[in-house]
Amino acid sequence: MTATEFQPAKTEVRQPILQARNLVKTFGRVVGLDGVSLDLYPGEVLAIIGDNGAGKSTLIKCLTGAEVPDSGELKVSGQTVHFKRPQDARVHGIETVYQNLAVSPALDVASNLFLGREERVPGPLGKIFRVLDTKGMRRKAKEELTRLGISTLQDVTVPVENLSGGQRQAVAVARAAAFGSKVVVLDEPTAALGVRESNQVLQLVRDLRDRGLPVILISHNMPHVFDVADRIHIQRLGKCAATITPQSHSMTDAVAIMTGAATA
Amino acid sequence: MTQQQTAGPPAAGHADPAEEFLDRQTPLSRIRNILHRYPALSPAIVLLVAVVVFGLLNERFLRVENLSLITQQVSVVGTLAVAQTLIILTAGIDLSVGAVMILSSMVVAQLAVGSGTPAPLALLLGLVVGLAAGALNGFLVTRFKLPPFIVTLGTLNIFIAVTLLYSGGSTVRGSSMPGLLTWMGSTFPVGPVRISTGVVMMLLLYIAVAFILGKTAWGRHVYAVGDDKEAARLAGIPVNRVLMSVYLAAGAVLAVGAWIQIGRTNAASPNAGVDLNLDSITAVVIGGTSLFGGRGSIWGSLLGALIVGVFRNGLSLAGLDVLYQTLAVGVLIILAVSIDQWIRKVKS
Repeated sequence: MTATEFQPAKTEVRQPILQARNLVKTFGRVVGLDGVSLDLYPGEVLAIIGDNGAGKSTLIKCLTGAEVPDSGELKVSGQTVHFKRPQDARVHGIETVYQNLAVSPALDVASNLFLGREERVPGPLGKIFRVLDTKGMRRKAKEELTRLGISTLQDVTVPVENLSGGQRQAVAVARAAAFGSKVVVLDEPTAALGVRESNQVLQLVRDLRDRGLPVILISHNMPHVFDVADRIHIQRLGKCAATITPQSHSMTDAVAIMTGAATA
Repeated sequence: MTQQQTAGPPAAGHADPAEEFLDRQTPLSRIRNILHRYPALSPAIVLLVAVVVFGLLNERFLRVENLSLITQQVSVVGTLAVAQTLIILTAGIDLSVGAVMILSSMVVAQLAVGSGTPAPLALLLGLVVGLAAGALNGFLVTRFKLPPFIVTLGTLNIFIAVTLLYSGGSTVRGSSMPGLLTWMGSTFPVGPVRISTGVVMMLLLYIAVAFILGKTAWGRHVYAVGDDKEAARLAGIPVNRVLMSVYLAAGAVLAVGAWIQIGRTNAASPNAGVDLNLDSITAVVIGGTSLFGGRGSIWGSLLGALIVGVFRNGLSLAGLDVLYQTLAVGVLIILAVSIDQWIRKVKS
C-alpha cells in the first residue's frame, strides 16, 4: 500500500501551498470543525463540499483568517502561520471571495479592488496628507482585469451596485486573484447566478488555475464542482469524510459520502 | 456571440461588452443614475430653486446683508452637520451632537470666566471635552455593540444633565469673556458682504473633511464601513477602529462648533441648542446623505444646512408664521428621504 503511494515521484516533490492539520473550532457547545486536515497543491482546483452545517464555511473561515481555530496547524508554503484576522491571511497571499460577496456596493470597481490596501500618491502629498492615488489605482485595476481576462468589466469607475450579479462576482474574484496572491478561496461563487453567468465564473476559475493559481471552491452545486474541480474534499459532521477526484467517483458517490450513506 | 467573447481577447471583439454593462436606459433612470453618482446635485438644485423663488417673493431676500445673515445663521448647524455627516456615513446617527457642543461651550466659558483659565487653554480643554464625549459614544458603539441611536439617546441626556450640573444653569455672557472666545462672532467685510469668522471656520472644516473623505484611505473606509460593515471587515478594514476614529473626529468638530456657537450667540448658555440635534440631522438628510450609510457627500450637508437656513429666512421674509417654516422643513425632510429611497433603487 505504501509502495503504491510513493510510486509517482512527482507528487512527492510537489509541496502543498496551503496545509491544514487537525483544525478544531467550537462555538460554545457546537463543534464546527473536529480535526480537519487539508492540502492544496499549486495549480489545482480543490472543491469543498458538504451538507449544511458540515463545517464548510467554518473551515474556509479558519483558512482565511475570518475565524481563529481553537487548535490545529496552518502552513503556507511550508511555513507555519497564525491568522488572527483576514488581513493576516492576505499578507500570506490567501484571498477570499465570501458568499455574501464582501464588496462595497456604493464604491466603484477600482475602489473595491483596492479596498483595504489603498495606494497613496508618491511624495510628501501621499506621505503627510495621505492622498490616495486614485488615477494610479484605476489604471492598475484596468491592467489587472485585462491580465485576468475579465472582459465584462470595462469601466472601473462604475459603482459596483450598478453591475449584474455575474459582474459583481467577477469584481470579487478579480480582487481575490489580483496583486500577486497565492491562493484564491471562493465560497459559493455561483450560488446566486444564472446559467450563463455561472459558466462565466467557472471559466474564470479555470483560467485562474491555468495561470497556476490554486483555487479552493466551496459549492453546493455538484455539476459545477465536478466540472472544474481536480480534487474534492468532502466535509461531514465537522470532519473530512473523504477526498476524492471527479475521475474516481461519480456525483452519486459524492452525495452518498456527504450524507453518510457510504464511505469512500 | 458568447463564442466570440471567450475566443478573442477583449479588445478584438467588437460585440461591445460595455453595452451589456450600461444596460438599457430610460431618461428617468438616466437622471436617477446621475443623482446617484453626484449625491450633492439634488440639494444644489433645491437650493437654487429656493433662492430664486424667495428672491422673487421678496426683493429684500437677495440683498447682501440678508444673504450674509443667512450664512451666519447657518454656521452653527452647518458645523454640527459636519460631525453628523461623518457619523451618518457609517450608518449611525448622533442625537447628542447639540448636547456635546453645549457642554463643550459651557466648559470653555466657565473655565475662562469663572476660574480665569487663559482663553487658548480653555478652548483646548473644550476640545478635550468634545473628544471625550466622542470617545464615550464610540466606545459604547464599538465595544458594547449598541445601536448608535440608543447610545446617543442615552448620552444626549447624560450630557444635558452634566452641562446643567456643571454650569448650575447659569448663562455666561459674551461681554465677560476674553476676546478670543467670541472671536468667531466677529465679522469682516469682503466687498459688500460681511462675513463672520465663524462662517470661515465652518467652511474650513468642510474643506478639510471633504478632502479627507474624498482623498484618503480613511475616508474611503468610512464609506465602506457604512455601506456594508461585514464586507468592510472581510476586506480587511479595521471596522471598530474606523468607527472609533469617526466618533472622535465628530467630537473634535463639535468642540469647534462650541467655539462658533459662543461667538454666534455671544454667550454660553446651557439651555441653548437642544433642537440643534434634529436640525443637524435634517441638514444631512436634505443634503442627500443616506441614513442607511455609505452614501452621501459632505458638501450636500452644507447645502442642506443652507436650504434649511434659506427656507426659514425666506418664509419669514415672505411674512409667514414660524409654524409654516417648521412645516416646510418637515416636508423637505420627507421629500429628501423619498428621493434618497428612489435613488437607491438604481438597477441592480
